[in-house]
Amino acid sequence: MANRETMIINMGPQHPSTHGVLRIILELDGEVVVKATPDIGFLHRGLEKLAESKTYHQCIPLTDRLDYVAGMSNNLAYVLAVEKLIGLEVPPRAQAIRVLLCELQRIASHLFWLGTHAHDIGAMTPLFYALRERDEILFLFEMVCGSRLTPSYFRVGGLAQDLPEGFEDRCREFLRGFPSKIDEYETLLTENPIWIRRTQGVGAISADEAIQYGLSGPILRASNVNWDIRKAYPYSGYETYEFEIPIGTNGDVYDRYRVRIAEMRQSAKIVEQALDRMPGGAVLADNPKYVYPPKWKVQESLEALIHHFHLASEGFPVPPGEVYASIESPKGELGFYLVSDGTPKPFRFRIRPPSFINLSALPKMVEGRLVADVVAIIGSIDIVLAEIDR
Amino acid sequence: MNLQETVDQIRKKFPDAILEASSFREEDTLRVRAEDLLPLCQFLRDTPVFAFDYLVDLCGVDRYPKEPRFEVVYLLRSMKRKAMLRLKVALPGDDPRIGSVTAVWKGADWMEREAYDLLGIRFEGHPDLRRILLTPEWQGHPLRKDYPLRG
Repeated sequence: MANRETMIINMGPQHPSTHGVLRIILELDGEVVVKATPDIGFLHRGLEKLAESKTYHQCIPLTDRLDYVAGMSNNLAYVLAVEKLIGLEVPPRAQAIRVLLCELQRIASHLFWLGTHAHDIGAMTPLFYALRERDEILFLFEMVCGSRLTPSYFRVGGLAQDLPEGFEDRCREFLRGFPSKIDEYETLLTENPIWIRRTQGVGAISADEAIQYGLSGPILRASNVNWDIRKAYPYSGYETYEFEIPIGTNGDVYDRYRVRIAEMRQSAKIVEQALDRMPGGAVLADNPKYVYPPKWKVQESLEALIHHFHLASEGFPVPPGEVYASIESPKGELGFYLVSDGTPKPFRFRIRPPSFINLSALPKMVEGRLVADVVAIIGSIDIVLAEIDR
Repeated sequence: MNLQETVDQIRKKFPDAILEASSFREEDTLRVRAEDLLPLCQFLRDTPVFAFDYLVDLCGVDRYPKEPRFEVVYLLRSMKRKAMLRLKVALPGDDPRIGSVTAVWKGADWMEREAYDLLGIRFEGHPDLRRILLTPEWQGHPLRKDYPLRG
């Protein structure tokens, strides 16, 4: 019998389909993957260490730089954890705006995923279509906070400022056109025989395995697990919105595609509900111990200026204790575990990154498949390396 | 199931495992003995009244200069019951070691590697305990409190 030798191939770290700097050491028998070993950490910046030297407010911009295609969601998960730690109530208007922006962010993130994932597999057009709509969402973010990718817009206790004039009209205009745009993407892919042959039955993972690996987000739901943090542990008033959780059956690349497409439709519905109900009132909690005074007050009153200076320079001490707060980010369950020793800086700042844990199941999904399938499977997990490496 | 019931149920099987039970912001935490951790995790996953089938998070905490210096924190979830429970184990500073829970939840694999990489906690029985975020030749463990913030 002939001696069957395997060959080792490096995929990445500079490879267009790895969506950043992911290196996968592939052991190949011909074109079949025998073993896959992901090598990560090229983007490690020590965010968890860095955060221990910053006050609670100063950590917000760090969270933007985790999953940089979903900055709003990262902000939300973090401020929820701090608010839980100090037991702070957030006014209803701020909660509705948070939900609105995070659902827009989910659409933007899924659009970016759709475009790049389809492009990886060889479909060029969806990328142009998806980025066209994503850009409209980024314009909305720019109106709100002046930034397209790194918003740092949420504050402990509410928001940095209220929505600007003209936001609602522009957002409604986007929502009017968006459902037909999703139909457009679907005409390109959903029944496309090439797309189906490249994705159906590829990278399948069963429900039990998905739970064993701790997977979360669309990739877990595609494996027929009805689990969404927005329903299981509602935050920011999600229990009052009407929406469905799309789930798949086979847990393959195709089902992940179907789940994310359906999620975009649901998110658009939530945004619309948030706009319809938008309550009035303040966007910051009235709790001077932890919350910044409004900007106009800082410019008019000396006490407010001093108060602002104290919060900005020294931060605020929080009760000693530890909390875990998580949200359903576009990638999965994004959680923050904060340990406080009673000082104004977090003693331990732990991020539970969905991409990191989802990627850990990659070897299981690719082994026994072809090299070309590896590209499709990496895309279907929807990873952002900045979040994985932190 | 509230915290007291959880503790009572566990004590039936492991009379001395729980050192302390506490609750903060509606999150239950059990401090458990290191030698009981592995069988306890297996028990919590397989007993139907608990059914903690999902490992949400696993991380280390450095309490330097306190002794025992390290803590390993496990956050468990039961998807059926929508319940969560945090387990904590204290480990000495000179040789922090604890059994790996990768056999109970596969998702622990990379999280244990990360805790080893950044804090130097050894997980015995882990199938492939290597550094994960830093390069293999890196000296020291950056998340330790005595590791300088800038080099």
